[in-house]
Amino acid sequence: MSEPKLSAYLNEFEDIPGTLIFNTFRSRQGFNLNQFCMSLMKEPNRIAFKADNAEYLKQWNLTDAQRDAVLARDWTGMMKEGGNIYFLSKLFSTDGHSFQHVAAIMTGSTQEEYAKMMLEGGRNPHGNRSKSNPSL
Amino acid sequence: MAKIIAGVTTSHVPAIAAAIDLKKQKQDYWAPIFQGYEFSKKWMAELKPDVVILIYNDHASAFDASIFPTFAIGCADEFLPADEGWGRRPVPALRGHSDMACHIAQHMILDEFDMTVVNKMDVDHGLTVPMNLLFGDLTPEEQWPCQVIPFPINVVQYPPPTGKRCYDMGHALRRAVESYPEDLRVVVFGTGGMSHQLQGTRAGLINREWDTRFLNGLTQDPVGLTKIAHSEYVRETGSEGIEMVMWLAMRGALNEQVREVYRFYHVPCSNTALGHIILENV
Repeated sequence: MSEPKLSAYLNEFEDIPGTLIFNTFRSRQGFNLNQFCMSLMKEPNRIAFKADNAEYLKQWNLTDAQRDAVLARDWTGMMKEGGNIYFLSKLFSTDGHSFQHVAAIMTGSTQEEYAKMMLEGGRNPHGNRSKSNPSL
Repeated sequence: MAKIIAGVTTSHVPAIAAAIDLKKQKQDYWAPIFQGYEFSKKWMAELKPDVVILIYNDHASAFDASIFPTFAIGCADEFLPADEGWGRRPVPALRGHSDMACHIAQHMILDEFDMTVVNKMDVDHGLTVPMNLLFGDLTPEEQWPCQVIPFPINVVQYPPPTGKRCYDMGHALRRAVESYPEDLRVVVFGTGGMSHQLQGTRAGLINREWDTRFLNGLTQDPVGLTKIAHSEYVRETGSEGIEMVMWLAMRGALNEQVREVYRFYHVPCSNTALGHIILENV
């Protein structure tokens, strides 16, 4: 087997537009944030969090940027701070929202516009493949 | 001896779980999706496998951020549906096959696939949605008609295993199954996919052309598919399209020559291109 080239592997994803890859480095960065989200799988924790978001977050040792992003429900911000979408799903489920609701927000469209795009076959990959070559 | 008789792939979109639990199957949006599995449910009811080995990924349910096992196998007698943020799903608990799972785990480790043995875990929509789609909508009081060995693969934290590694792992899984002394008929599921991206400004990406090539290749040229790099999955099918490496794990457990019995492809299912294929060993 040829020698695995980690930096080349990781760099290939950097050219893909609008996409953050949750690699092991980001997993480290987001550990506390993701564990906070996991805690919302238990009903008593959901009740405590809903009663007072900021107070509940104090025990999770989040960075200021992580805490602010959670309080603002800034999904893209949470992902930049190491959050992973499957962990974040515990938070938006607690809020009563679906994957499609959050996906629409991250693309900057309304849920109606986003749902319409999906019904029409989804986002076309053309022009969405490469930052360095937008014509692909 | 135990024998693998067929393989099934299907998407495992969580919105399908919600549609079933909220009884929306007849609604305009959902009816064509559930219609697409009518043949499959009849096929499965006639096949009557003893055991399903269900390859899926845990979506931050059984495994929290403290551990991301690459290849794991559930060796417990029972697995409960996970609480993913809105309570446990109202579906039956899964009956495991502890003895066979322990056999497979040990056989695979000696065969140089270093499995993580899981003696207790809940199973999320990644496992329960495919069960519903192939076995129907059962209430918690009913029983699934076969035993299930959950087989989670990490595709959440990068790098997940390569497609080739998953395919080779399927070969090892088959050797392990075929060395189990009891005459059991086994179906292997590979779940997840097809094209979908759940994050960022590119969310909603769907690549029908690529997905179709992948479905064709799964039947006719799986070795060709093992050469696809992770970056191609992500670029062409979205960040969550990477789940399709789990389809190659299933494919590796089948014969080189298979018969495609059924195929279904539908866009959209929530954010996802839903794909489903049934392959029988010939």
